Amino acid sequence: MTDTLTPVLTRFWDVPESWKLATYERHDGYRALRKALTMKPEEVLAEVKDSSIRGRGGAGFPTGLKWSFMSPPDGGPRYLVVNADESEPGTCKDIPLMMANPHELVEGAAIASYAIGCEKAFIYLRGEVVHVYRRLLSAVAEARAAGYLGRDVLGSGATLDIVVHAGAGAYECGEETALLDSLEGRRGQPRSKPPFPGAQGLYARPTSVNNVESIASVAGILRHGADWFKSMGTEKSTGFGIFSLSGHVAHPGQFEAPLGITMRELLDLAGGIRQGHRLKFWTPGGSSTPILTEDYLDVPLDFDSVAAAGSMLGTRALQVFDETVSVVRAVARWTEFYQHESCGKCTPCREGTYWLRQVMTRLEHGKGSQDDVDKLLDMCENILGRAFCALGDAATMPVTSGIKHFREEFEAGMHTPADVLFPLANSALFEVSDTKESSGMVTT
Amino acid sequence: MTTTTSPGAGGNSVSEGGDAQVPKGPNEVTVTIDGVPVNVPKGTLVIRAAERIGIEIPRFCDHPLLDPIGACRQCLVDVALPDKEGTPRPMPKPQASCTMVASEGMVVNTQNTSAVADKAQHGIIEFLLVNHPLDCPVCDKGGECPLQNQSMSNGRPDSRYEDVKRTYPKPINVSAQILLDRDRCILCTRCTRFADEIAGDPYLVLAERGGLQQVSIYEEKPFDSYFSGNTVQICPVGALTGAAYRFRSRPFDLVSTSSVCEHCASGCGIRTDHRRGVVLRRMGLNTPEVNAEWNCDKGRWAFTYATQPDRIELPMVRGDDGDLRVVGWPEALAVAAKGLAGSRAGVLVGGRVSAEDAYAYGKFARTVLGTNDVDFRARPHTAEEADFLARHVVGTGVPEAAGFSEGARGVSEGAAEGTGGGTGVSYADLEQAKAVLLVGFEPEDESPIVFLRLRKAFRKHGTRVFSVAPFTSRGLKKMGGTLVPTAPGHEAETLRALAGSKTGRLADEALTDGGIVLVGERLAQTPGALTAAAGLAAAKGARLAWVPRRAGERGALEAGAIGHLLPGGRPVTDPAARAEVAAVWESGSLPQTPGRDSASIIAAAADGTLDALVVGGVDPLDLALPEAAAALERAFVVSFELRESAVTAVADVVLPVAPHAHKAGSFVDWEGRVRPFERALSSNAVSDYRAIDMLASEMGHFIETRTQAEIQAQFEALGPWSGQRAAATATPATPVVSTGAGEFVLATWATLLDAGRMQDGEPFLAGTAPRTVARVSPRAATWLGVGEDDTVTVTGPGGAVTVPAVIAGDMVDGVVWLPTNSPGCSVYRDLGARAGDHVNVTKGGLA
Repeated sequence: MTDTLTPVLTRFWDVPESWKLATYERHDGYRALRKALTMKPEEVLAEVKDSSIRGRGGAGFPTGLKWSFMSPPDGGPRYLVVNADESEPGTCKDIPLMMANPHELVEGAAIASYAIGCEKAFIYLRGEVVHVYRRLLSAVAEARAAGYLGRDVLGSGATLDIVVHAGAGAYECGEETALLDSLEGRRGQPRSKPPFPGAQGLYARPTSVNNVESIASVAGILRHGADWFKSMGTEKSTGFGIFSLSGHVAHPGQFEAPLGITMRELLDLAGGIRQGHRLKFWTPGGSSTPILTEDYLDVPLDFDSVAAAGSMLGTRALQVFDETVSVVRAVARWTEFYQHESCGKCTPCREGTYWLRQVMTRLEHGKGSQDDVDKLLDMCENILGRAFCALGDAATMPVTSGIKHFREEFEAGMHTPADVLFPLANSALFEVSDTKESSGMVTT
Repeated sequence: MTTTTSPGAGGNSVSEGGDAQVPKGPNEVTVTIDGVPVNVPKGTLVIRAAERIGIEIPRFCDHPLLDPIGACRQCLVDVALPDKEGTPRPMPKPQASCTMVASEGMVVNTQNTSAVADKAQHGIIEFLLVNHPLDCPVCDKGGECPLQNQSMSNGRPDSRYEDVKRTYPKPINVSAQILLDRDRCILCTRCTRFADEIAGDPYLVLAERGGLQQVSIYEEKPFDSYFSGNTVQICPVGALTGAAYRFRSRPFDLVSTSSVCEHCASGCGIRTDHRRGVVLRRMGLNTPEVNAEWNCDKGRWAFTYATQPDRIELPMVRGDDGDLRVVGWPEALAVAAKGLAGSRAGVLVGGRVSAEDAYAYGKFARTVLGTNDVDFRARPHTAEEADFLARHVVGTGVPEAAGFSEGARGVSEGAAEGTGGGTGVSYADLEQAKAVLLVGFEPEDESPIVFLRLRKAFRKHGTRVFSVAPFTSRGLKKMGGTLVPTAPGHEAETLRALAGSKTGRLADEALTDGGIVLVGERLAQTPGALTAAAGLAAAKGARLAWVPRRAGERGALEAGAIGHLLPGGRPVTDPAARAEVAAVWESGSLPQTPGRDSASIIAAAADGTLDALVVGGVDPLDLALPEAAAALERAFVVSFELRESAVTAVADVVLPVAPHAHKAGSFVDWEGRVRPFERALSSNAVSDYRAIDMLASEMGHFIETRTQAEIQAQFEALGPWSGQRAAATATPATPVVSTGAGEFVLATWATLLDAGRMQDGEPFLAGTAPRTVARVSPRAATWLGVGEDDTVTVTGPGGAVTVPAVIAGDMVDGVVWLPTNSPGCSVYRDLGARAGDHVNVTKGGLA
């Protein structure tokens, strides 16, 4: 089965000191930047556009198209902002990538900057991951010292530089306009659109906000060409991506594979469900994507097929839950997350998640009332599509999809605590301290 | 669903044969809302377009004067946009109508015609009430609460919420005056946006996130904004309340009267809310052409001065024992008439009276006392200023909207058609001006609504503001302004330099094309400065306006309560002008010698040239004249007064007059716009004009100022002066004597909130006033050896004050600034000095 994997971004993660410039250069590092600098910026943009790469942050908007939608150059600054605020429950692709291979992102950012006419790019990093912050800072410093960043990069005359900025730990700052506000030093809350960042983004200048994996993939596209990229994946979801399997699988981890691979194939690669158990439900792309069941194992994991199956490809964070898991408990944890992370700007998200959390807590403790399940669905209907940004929508996904597939478990919450129906210890991969259950903390 | 259209809704109720389409303008788009087509200007928000045809979409965060934010999501509607063929394609989810701009061919379905929009709105109201305490029965907002009202109109009849509400300790003070009940707050951010956008005082912000998000202040920085009260008014729930009104009344028990603020020349429309003879609160009244919907905290909360224990409600005369005793009106009038009869008397009017009152004082002086010795300027003033007012200010006004009272229109007609000065500068002109130069005028302190309009001009239209002043004030910063650094006394030099310079100077260039020069009343204190300001305006083709500080000054000028002008700006020295007035007044002849100004009247009373004074609401201290006390002591004084004052202490007769809330009349704002106000409270108190009429009758004259209608009829009969305007005499600048060692030049103006008597009795408001400080330059601070907040002692001819020092980064060296009349620092009383005088500054002393 090894031929289903396409290690590009992950191709040398196992090499000692994979994060160093020398290691990266030994693995074709900065060849793509040299090539790009011999081309005109619009040719670089055309190459990326031609690869049809779609944004790896979840929404799947074509990256080249996003760049071409930026307002035309007017002599003022233009910005590339790399969204590295990876905070979605279950999502764990960008942080390992930046940890093991930060130069791929630096090179991609330099190329992307060149393509869109940006002289100063920003990497907005989730603040909690201090070790990654250090890796990025030293990678940028190494690249600058080597002449890959700074003034007159590699004698091309182009100025390309990168500022690494650590956020303060807000999920909301993964929303592109909230990220920009945060980067400008304001509270991280989303902005009204229009104007879109392509017209007025960072400091009200044309800005492209792209995911880490999207930008890192740009290096490969320039190195090998758009056709190479399109030779992988499906017609409408080209290329490869990192699939992160976690939870009740034998060998959780990162699997870089072409888009369109199925969950069944990935489960095989991960050694299947843990010994003696069977799959109950899984998320295709993090907690914001509606959960799926065994029936969907053969859905190709590309943007359109997963959408057709009633979910979203999202960030390819495949969280796997076996039959010991209470859906109600899992949904309650996710709901707590969204309630905690709601920025508070708009009513439906702020108040809706506040309410959802209390109802989910009651159901988890077997203290639900008769109309709670219908009330949850109605509340979700009043949040979905009514909130200011996608955070509110995301908060409803676990609830509505959980009820869709496992309504009887929610109804059981009217009388029986989840821990009675599904004792937590059975689900745990570690020894559990009972008193910490509600906070979701586990101890080894 | 059937939708009926009506003429008022932009359609025509006739469905056939007469369905006239409103023609569409070139910059308009047509949208269809609930089946009704409406043309709106490009850029109009959907929620505003709906209002045009009488469709009200519920909303909380939306406010027409604040930038759209789309936070509360209450105004969701269904929207369809036309595709390339023009077929409307519904958007997948409902849109916030407060942030969406109407576009050609858009089809909008509100809660009236869309089940989806209706359910979405019900859902939002339900969410808003999740964490709301529902304490309407004890909430001040109950009865006038948008949340309460829209919960009724667009919410569920019952609650499905059975979980735990978020609670907070309540209330917390965000300033001395403003209290915040966080549990009631729905986080619409109207208050924080107001503070940030309109006032420019971003000291009220949101903190925390999610359900714990809350309105907050910086830890050590209370919300001390001059405009903080507006946040209470625009709060759509009962979260923000003013300490002065909290728990005082229910809105449905209040009677509202439309009024105009008496505190400054901005001319704000206000609403006076009262119950059983007591004023309980005042609010900004939506007056788009003047104050929009805002007012300042002084205008909102400073009304308790009229109900202080020292209020004079009955006439008094001084007995042989030297004490005042209460008497009946007939006795008081008899004593006053006897004292004035045959005397050489002068009239000091003060700047607080209505235009009608000022008219009565002026007419009384001329027809009863036979003198032109009348002046409304109860502050430092000059003859140059009087000339300037006659040449450039009186009779310039703004074209008035219909609906004002007849008499007021009479004044305004005179104003609008005044000769020589052209049409006056208006608020709208300020907003559209390319550049505005301020001279001797600090708008945030001295005319706060002018400040708000200039800030709006700067934010929305890029108007450039320049200020000829000794340092960059807080207000100038908020207007994005540029300082033209000038020490007090040097304004004339600066202005002449600006007028003369050919290129290169910012202010000079900006003024050349569509500029406005705004001069404050303080500029009169520098000889030659008003002349230079007029010269600058003429040289650059800029327009010129004068902004006094007090509400009554401009009206008093128009009404002729000044020595050299009769009503309507008619020069006293012009026989034709005198004849016109004499005809209306049915008076044989009028005195033709130009009258003395206030300072000369005082001097004449002090040396016995005048032996009687009629004083209407003047605090002698404001004149900054050392001989004022002696003059009042010596003369026979008839005082028209509201509360006991320094004049009461020496008056021979005291006649009580009505406080603002008890009288009707009109002010004329700085623009020259007539601002009529109604009487809020009924009482026996009489306005000055009526008391003067009674006194005139007692003296055998019938001056026909018994009623407002009588005065208005005379205004109208007089009409505008069409003759020659007075020519201004050019006053040369006086050479400024340079300061010696240790000497500073005093700069001073009154801050908006200070120790003024009309702010008495409102401790919560006083708590938000700026600290009393002395401002010095960094070099002066080094030279004095003082740091920020170290005390300095400023010594003038009459004494000294010791206050904390603040180092103003760009203060002109050798200048010290003090507030004119703040707690612990009354410049006239404590220092015996005026702006431009030399004072000594030393380190230390006990504050």
